[in-house]
Amino acid sequence: MARMKFVCDAERCIECNGCVTACKNENEVPWGVNRRRVVTLNDGVPGEKSISVACMHCSDAPCMAVCPVNCFYRTDEGVVLHDKDVCIGCGYCSYACPFGAPQFPSQGTFGVRGKMDKCTFCAGGPEANGSQAEFEKYGRNRLAEGKLPACAEQCSTKALLAGDGDVVADIFRNRVVQRGKGAEVWGWGTAYGSQQAGRPPVAGAK
Amino acid sequence: MIRTALILASVVTLAGCGDKPQTLTDSKRDAPAFQGTSNPYNAPGWKAGDKTAWELHLKSRLQNGQNEYNRIN
Repeated sequence: MARMKFVCDAERCIECNGCVTACKNENEVPWGVNRRRVVTLNDGVPGEKSISVACMHCSDAPCMAVCPVNCFYRTDEGVVLHDKDVCIGCGYCSYACPFGAPQFPSQGTFGVRGKMDKCTFCAGGPEANGSQAEFEKYGRNRLAEGKLPACAEQCSTKALLAGDGDVVADIFRNRVVQRGKGAEVWGWGTAYGSQQAGRPPVAGAK
Repeated sequence: MIRTALILASVVTLAGCGDKPQTLTDSKRDAPAFQGTSNPYNAPGWKAGDKTAWELHLKSRLQNGQNEYNRIN
């Protein structure tokens, strides 16, 4: 199995915020924290684009690199998780992350920063799979239940894809080929070679 | 007598050398997801503990649940 990955198809996302709601509900995310957010570019302008953003479970995660207490770990499926019993709430990961994924609940005395909270790819934490302790700290462990993240599974337009990276890439590539545009985006050639969407492969191209 | 006192004194003074190591250790390791859970909400179609079955189940769930080209075209 390849690494677990998220992809949000900007051509399909309609900014319904269903993924945000599903995530908050499924994982009972603390007040003040949104593990997933929908970002809209050129809001209000014809042709605006929205994408749903959360932890991207980076292959070389900067949050892991800067954590002074080494509370992060990566599962065999490439999901970046953390241990709230080890986290000291310093906030370095929040500054290091380019997606703003690590967030801190501020419901303590004088708004003191609590333990970091972030998207777990619905894979819980280091506590026993599916246990109450795991749920209270990290939310549901859907992966161990044989399910995929709630945000993607409920997406009405199937804009948000989550799961095995090879399958996600295959689904997205097929969409781009079917609709005949989108292969001009940055990184397409790196991911899929030089074949353009809707056209036969160029002779001799990789 | 003096010998016993010396031994006792050396034991007491050397006790300070018994510090536990304070090096940074890895975080707790998580149980693999394919081990499943003990709760009753597991999706049917795979057996807990069987990694291959779990992977195949997730792949088919992704294809069937999120790739509508498989269903309508």
